[in-house]
Amino acid sequence: MGMLVNLRDWIDARFPLTKMWEEHLSKYYAPKNFNFWYFFGSLALLVLVIQIVTGIFLTMNYKPSADEAFASVEYIMRDVEWGWLIRYMHSTGASAFFLVVYLHMFRAMLYGSYKQPRELLWLFGMMIYLALMAEAFFGYLLPWGQMSYWGAQVIISLFGAIPVIGDDLSLWIRGDFVISDVTLNRFFALHVIAVPLVLLVLVVMHILALHEVGSNNPDGVEIKKNKDENGIPKDGIPFHPYYTVKDIVGVVVFLMFFSFVMFFVPEGGGYFLEAPNFEPADPLKTPEHIAPVWYFTPYYAMLRAVTIDIGPLSAKFLGVIVMGAAVVILFFLPWLDRSPVKSIRYRGPIYKVMLAAFVVSFFVLGYLGTQAPTAGRTMLAQAGTIMYFAFFLLMPIYTRIDKTKPVPDRVRG
Amino acid sequence: MKKQLLAILLLVSPAFALASSGDIHLDHANIDPTNKDSLQRGAKIFVNYCMGCHSAKYQRYNRLARDLGMREEDVMENLMFTGEKTGDQMDIAMTGTMGKKWFGAAPPDLTLVTRVRGVDWLYTYLRTFYQDASRPFGVNNQVFDNVGMPNVLWQLQGVQKAVYKTVTDDEGHEHQVLDRLELVEAGTQSAEDFDATVRDLVNFLAYMGEPIKLQRQSLGIKVMLFLLLFFVVAYLLKKEYWKDVH
Repeated sequence: MGMLVNLRDWIDARFPLTKMWEEHLSKYYAPKNFNFWYFFGSLALLVLVIQIVTGIFLTMNYKPSADEAFASVEYIMRDVEWGWLIRYMHSTGASAFFLVVYLHMFRAMLYGSYKQPRELLWLFGMMIYLALMAEAFFGYLLPWGQMSYWGAQVIISLFGAIPVIGDDLSLWIRGDFVISDVTLNRFFALHVIAVPLVLLVLVVMHILALHEVGSNNPDGVEIKKNKDENGIPKDGIPFHPYYTVKDIVGVVVFLMFFSFVMFFVPEGGGYFLEAPNFEPADPLKTPEHIAPVWYFTPYYAMLRAVTIDIGPLSAKFLGVIVMGAAVVILFFLPWLDRSPVKSIRYRGPIYKVMLAAFVVSFFVLGYLGTQAPTAGRTMLAQAGTIMYFAFFLLMPIYTRIDKTKPVPDRVRG
Repeated sequence: MKKQLLAILLLVSPAFALASSGDIHLDHANIDPTNKDSLQRGAKIFVNYCMGCHSAKYQRYNRLARDLGMREEDVMENLMFTGEKTGDQMDIAMTGTMGKKWFGAAPPDLTLVTRVRGVDWLYTYLRTFYQDASRPFGVNNQVFDNVGMPNVLWQLQGVQKAVYKTVTDDEGHEHQVLDRLELVEAGTQSAEDFDATVRDLVNFLAYMGEPIKLQRQSLGIKVMLFLLLFFVVAYLLKKEYWKDVH
């Protein structure tokens, strides 16, 4: 032991090891009343690690070339030792990442975690979400299946809808007149280097911002307002060991769901790995029905919901604007919400109904995005889009007039 | 607001009803991936009837031997006819350009076909060729209209004829639609035997689509059991630590 203590002291004199350990784990005081919804932050970190580690091993055998990409994925699935396991982990991980992040974001909406003083924390989180969408989009082209190819084709063509610069812009993104080997190469570079670097930096900033302001909790009470004589929040407990041991339980339960999908239904019913993607990309054969992977479908449904041209602006361009706005508007959440309370526990009925309607619209849009459009479905998607935006745009009004309940001084345990 | 919510919910329900109605009736393939005899028979049918035009270029012969419980010598003797090496992939001499010229569309590689189409689709497709003089090879297919492929299994199955029925649509127009298929010339196999033959073939194709499927599932059970045990330990550890939190 003596030697280890000496080693620690030697390091501490040269690097803030103990200081960091205490600041972020053993003396980081988190509210003691975290519930189910508070597992998803640590789970998102876990999935990030899974994706990076499996991703590194996949690049060892994957070939980013239009001639070889599809075959190299099959090579990984068949000839590489445990390659199938690594590949399924990565493909299941992609869907798991979005699932966990969506639940994490929903937690913030339930308990007002984005509200003052955590606005910047929310903004970093939103930037992570954006980076994650870019990462998923670039990554989906790499297996070079039919859906990889045509999905990317559809999304890149959206940039073509921008007036004046659109065509040049999509040409610049593709690096070719069609999606080709050139596109695949640059998407590979972006997927394995550029975006992961950005993601990691953002995750560090997200956690630093969190540890600066402290965690919110299901009561939306600031625990730092009630400290004991040692300056420790009365309702706070050290993150380590309390939440480390608790999060291990969450991790095990999560891994059960994750393993169930990975080992028994890796295609996720065609939602995680789409059937047409088991056919190599063919630029001359368009699939009957092009649908993005499930985590993009709510936005895809909003894109298709816009069917009218306004003056010189095409419906397609307006759809792109609506789709972009649907993501961008989330950034403004801290300033749209004018409620004096944070947690849904003390909010009034209007917010509860609006949040429920928002969730319903998100699910309905998500479903519609997987389906081929019909007149009825388009109308439903329009209703869903209106509901989605109404939740945000009317928020400054309804959060102000909503009847709130008094918030207690201390957390309710 | 609640009315709005209700309206949305009501609007959703027909969308789900629409989604559940399928296009074409597919017969259930009912394959058994653990049945090695069936897989071996399927491999033989595949090599003899399909590989003239279709490759399986991600599948290796020696892998097939190992997974299907065959000796490599037997595979070389019974399934390899053109001097391939045992570690080779099941590729063919015919190129896509040649295929396109001869059949109108290049015969696709079949390694992953079950993962694209599904086993039920293939099982139905392979059994529903019928006479159609307007097609280049004299046959059409019930689930893949105007398919370029001839009915390669016709000697086993025999020849089927389409029987049509007249239906009236919503607007009162009458249409001839394919009702069922009728065997007009018997093949070397009875209907039941032929179904079994196609089932073996589809079973083998499904194996090729994902050779590690059985390994994946058996490992999955072990992993789940481990996690269950780990959960108990992790939960007790958490309970122990949290005893003093009130």
